[in-house]
Amino acid sequence: MPEPAKIRDPLDMPEQRRVIDRTIDEFMHLPGAAMVVLNNLQGRIGYITKPMQAYIAERMNVPLSKIHGVVSFYSFFTTEPRGKHVVKFCIGTACYVGGAEQLIDKTKQVLGINPGQTTPDGMITVEVCRCVGACSQAPVIVVDDLNHGKMQATRINNVINQILQSEAVSAA
Amino acid sequence: MKKLNSLDDLARFSQHSQDLNALKNSNEAAILVSVDPVCIAKGAEAIKDALVAALADAGLGNIAVYEVTHIGNPEKEGPDILVYPRETHYVRLVKADVPEIVNAIKTDTVVTRLELPLPVVKDEELHDPEPKEVRVILESIGKLNPLAIEDSIANGAYGSLAKVLGEMQPDEVIETVLASKLRGRGGAGFPTGLKWKFVRQAPGDEKYLVCNADEGDPGAFMNRKVLEGDPHAVIEGMAIAAYATGARQAYVYCRAEYPIAVNTMNLAIDQARRLGLLGENILGTDFSFDLEVRMGAGAFVCGEETALLASIEGGRGEPRVRPPFPAQKGLWDKPTNINNVETYANVPKIIGRGVDWYSSMGTEKSKGTKTFALAGDAANTGLIEVPFGITLREIIYDIGGGIRGGKKYKAVQTGGPMGGCLPEKYLDLPVDYETLGQAGSIMGSGGMVVMDEDTCMVDIARFFMEFTQDESCGKCIPCRVGTRRILETLQRICKGEGKPEDIPLLKELCEETKQDSLCGLGQGAAGPVISTMEHFMAEYEAHIYDKKCPAKVCRDLIEFSISDNCTGCTSCARYCPTNAITGERKEKHVIDSSICIRCGICHNVCKFDAIVIE
Ligand SMILES: Cc1cc2nc3c(=O)[nH]c(=O)nc-3n(C[C@H](O)[C@H](O)[C@H](O)COP(=O)(O)O)c2cc1C
Ligand code: SF4
Ligand code: FES
Repeated sequence: MPEPAKIRDPLDMPEQRRVIDRTIDEFMHLPGAAMVVLNNLQGRIGYITKPMQAYIAERMNVPLSKIHGVVSFYSFFTTEPRGKHVVKFCIGTACYVGGAEQLIDKTKQVLGINPGQTTPDGMITVEVCRCVGACSQAPVIVVDDLNHGKMQATRINNVINQILQSEAVSAA
Repeated sequence: MKKLNSLDDLARFSQHSQDLNALKNSNEAAILVSVDPVCIAKGAEAIKDALVAALADAGLGNIAVYEVTHIGNPEKEGPDILVYPRETHYVRLVKADVPEIVNAIKTDTVVTRLELPLPVVKDEELHDPEPKEVRVILESIGKLNPLAIEDSIANGAYGSLAKVLGEMQPDEVIETVLASKLRGRGGAGFPTGLKWKFVRQAPGDEKYLVCNADEGDPGAFMNRKVLEGDPHAVIEGMAIAAYATGARQAYVYCRAEYPIAVNTMNLAIDQARRLGLLGENILGTDFSFDLEVRMGAGAFVCGEETALLASIEGGRGEPRVRPPFPAQKGLWDKPTNINNVETYANVPKIIGRGVDWYSSMGTEKSKGTKTFALAGDAANTGLIEVPFGITLREIIYDIGGGIRGGKKYKAVQTGGPMGGCLPEKYLDLPVDYETLGQAGSIMGSGGMVVMDEDTCMVDIARFFMEFTQDESCGKCIPCRVGTRRILETLQRICKGEGKPEDIPLLKELCEETKQDSLCGLGQGAAGPVISTMEHFMAEYEAHIYDKKCPAKVCRDLIEFSISDNCTGCTSCARYCPTNAITGERKEKHVIDSSICIRCGICHNVCKFDAIVIE
């Protein structure tokens, strides 16, 4: 695991900084802008660090406590970077009844991490979520925004291998 | 695309769109050019002009070239065109490609290097309607292209808006909706016309309209399907509601888990705006109205109306005490009408086909149809739509095909985390707001999770309480503390550490949380616990007194072993996530119960029924 202190804040990376500025400029004048700005930054940067929150508050001329309050309230907003790939396990009712827990058990073995954690190489983050709205395909897992329905514990290995292979291909 | 400036313009455009659809199904030659803004930015208009000119030069001037709003993905495939009668899809075109295409038309061939066939998508969620279904809201889904507005307009979209703008006063619209007895589809079933009346009568000029597309109930996806499959029905319903209530600006609040729905809605809004169906002076009248999509960020409580409004305002989605209701004091303290996606989608149908038609469906107090997301252990899962008054049995057995794998029915869960579980004896109850309420569940928004005999009802109660406890916003103590204490008690029972006093304790905690919580989340949180205790008390008692889980689900109360059925195929050992299973190939395997986590994977993969759970 890299030390958190070594991760450079997006504000300190010129390209990311430009995205942040552009996003704030684009949406700050809308009514109820804070949610729109934060949602878009979460999407474009992938996380919203404390320094980013302070910067947003200053640029939008609202108290930092308000921005922080919003970021901490919603589960979609994260303050740390996730892995390169995100595997989400739906644990909504249909998926729970359909055996989502088994899938998580199997993943724990394959990747050696629990939901909420990232593999030491920063490659895969495992998360749980509550219903992605594909309940008739339960149990569902979401790999980088793509739903995989009717998932089975016996297929977890394949799914993970596919992610790793696609990485190996793009690296080569 | 030219703006439609009058009701007649819309009628003409509708006719044109119908003609276009007829043409696509005929044997005639024609070319459709996508004029999506992204395609235009990449030169679609120049390509269109070049096509017209080249066709004329080639003596094919009789082949018409039409503009359409959307063909393939504009970012990846634009500019793109469709050439009929072959329906060849040419993508990523530049002007220089035009002569080759025209030549191919002339020689009745295809330019393969430019061709990318449109994908054929199979919908696993919406099957052909079963005989007992009545499709009103889902009627057009899958039959029209939601990404091209002219397809919806050919199908009659915005006809009801035109009727309202041309013939009806706002009060008449409200009277019509009142007479139809339409009730809110978000769960509570409040009369929609009455809500609109309150908003209309509320003082002030500035009013807002909100569409609740948060669909937080895990197990429900009806609203998503409507947003993705028939977005203009929602926009039209909202426009009619805005006309009736006096709102001029609207928001669709959609959960972040639905990116496709958000994109589809945004595209549909943009197309409607370009045609003048949104914006200033719609269809040349003095009615102006616009709407915008706002995204949630993963908080279930934001489905509650006051929390949702706080979230649109950009803050934490915490509910507040009602009254004042949003109709009095809503967005930015202005009168605000908030309805569910499906509620709005009903409105154009009611205006278009009339009150008599609408109220011929359903029961005395619950009119029309309701969509349900059938999930869980039913043989056929997916979206269905039925008239109110149909029985649960008809839904689960006639439409859902009964229980998968010939297992026994145990319960159906309706209403989501605030709802309840109904056992077999309620299967013949008619499905409407009042009856489900009296039976100890709620209608909710339409999630319907069927559970078979292998489901532990105590575990289900624990599951829902874990959800609600996690999603409680924590603003008020009865909900925050109550849900935690109920959850802790249920967790103990599931672990086999339950005590006889836990039953009265649970009842008391449930009652307190229900009575004293501020919003519907806390007030409803105990629903699944109360209903499972009422209908499945024997299961609670088995956990508490016998330390047994009759359904063999609760992991602390079961043991796995392997019987003599084992052929030594090694399948279980391969898939066991903890390597608890050992044995030689072709010999009986054994499970080390000190390592086994009782996940049940071995039980699922064993083809010889050799895994015994006790
Ligand atoms: C915890 C909670 C969650 C809710 N979630 C939703 C939801 O996801 N969608 C919805 O339309 N209504 C939801 N509601 C109901 C809304 O508060 C509100 O009653 C509804 O949007 C009104 O629209 P309707 O009259 O068209 O039903 C929820 C209520 C509570 C208490
Ligand atoms: S009842 Fe629960 S969710 Fe509702 S306001 Fe109180 S703490 Fe928040
Ligand atoms: S419960 Fe998993 S997709 Fe709905």
